[in-house]
Amino acid sequence: MPDARVYLDSASGAPLHPLARDAFLAALDAAYADPHRLHHSGRSARLVLDNARAATAEALGVRADEVVFTSSGTEAVQRGLLGLVRGAGRGAGRDPRPIVHTAVEHSSVLHAASWSGAPTRAVAVDPSGRVRLDDLDPTDAAVVACQSANQEVGTLQPVEEVADLAGDVPLFVDACASAGRLPLPDGWAALAASAHKWGGPAGVGVLVVRRGARWRDPMPEDERAGRHETGFENVPAVLAAAAALQATVAEREAENARQHALVSWVRRVVAGIPQVEVVGDPEARLPHLVTFSCLYVDGEALVGELDRLGFEVASGSACTSSSLEPSHVLAAMGALTHGNVRVSVGRETTEDDIGRFLDVLPGVVERLRARL
Amino acid sequence: MLELDCRGLVCPAPVIELARHLADVPVGGLVAVVATDAAARVDVPAWCRMTAQEWVGEDVADDGTPRFVVRRLS
Repeated sequence: MPDARVYLDSASGAPLHPLARDAFLAALDAAYADPHRLHHSGRSARLVLDNARAATAEALGVRADEVVFTSSGTEAVQRGLLGLVRGAGRGAGRDPRPIVHTAVEHSSVLHAASWSGAPTRAVAVDPSGRVRLDDLDPTDAAVVACQSANQEVGTLQPVEEVADLAGDVPLFVDACASAGRLPLPDGWAALAASAHKWGGPAGVGVLVVRRGARWRDPMPEDERAGRHETGFENVPAVLAAAAALQATVAEREAENARQHALVSWVRRVVAGIPQVEVVGDPEARLPHLVTFSCLYVDGEALVGELDRLGFEVASGSACTSSSLEPSHVLAAMGALTHGNVRVSVGRETTEDDIGRFLDVLPGVVERLRARL
Repeated sequence: MLELDCRGLVCPAPVIELARHLADVPVGGLVAVVATDAAARVDVPAWCRMTAQEWVGEDVADDGTPRFVVRRLS
């Protein structure tokens, strides 16, 4: 039996940063009141919330009055994208104007775009998952959506070049995969991030709407929701998210180099397993994740067998998803979709963890193939 | 052309069938995977790239099921 479980799925949800835990516990007792109320306890909660907003803004390099806390990264994506669509208005003949997005956006972006009722145009990617600038046509678009980095394969997107090509068309950036770990790119009108990806608690998203951006709240009117808030915030969780973000940004130079090296090691060893394809850009990528696909192997069996041996990984294979559709990211790249595994490391991942994972992986792949 | 009936099979079974039966045709011959599984549309061309066989393209079988055609090169 394994002596300890190894969590290699921080890209789905990172373990809570210890500083976030401290901040959360302190705020649970101190910041329960409604930050809108004028009494002492309300003002205390307001102070905690304002501090969290200021710290978040500073860590992200944006203005405090541009930061809106949401209840998830998904909500930040929905409000950010749909608010820009609403702000752009309709085209000639009152028809909704198209949303142009990369083919490898997170499903929350694709679903929000489809739900808006506007026509959509997908921009192709190259085999590494990088958006093809020669396929980007922003003509008459309401919004261009381009992620900062891909959540499945780690490839960084040329956001600032996309912004240049978009010209006057506002750019929406889903930065959930990279925020905190990497500085934000420039050139966007609205951007979404998610705290549990940087070691904050789940249930806190961050929407940043640039001052002066043509953004109109896509949700029903509400006395406490609008450009600067989305309802009664979970103040302790928001504070914990801000603490984790500050810590992640402070540690990232050293941590990114360490994690980049761990991932390069995984890429090297995995590339040596017969008939396995490592996907995504080898260098212009997120520091902490790698995806590979093993020919003739069932992704669900691979995740299950690794879990039995104590290694927790994610998979983009159809048989592991609820939709039974293969990953649209891998499909857009032309990469093998079955036998797929995503490994992501975090500040808690050690060299020993990766060494043990790489010791067992080739044997697991071989055994699963032999069963067929 | 050899046609492999992979209707109802889910990934990675259609690609495994393809690999098993490639040698049933001579070099230069065609094998077609008839599959209802959506992953086959991506995985058959990817398999061709990874194993240095030729991806010919997609058409449909007599009953309208998607058919993915490969030429054996080695």
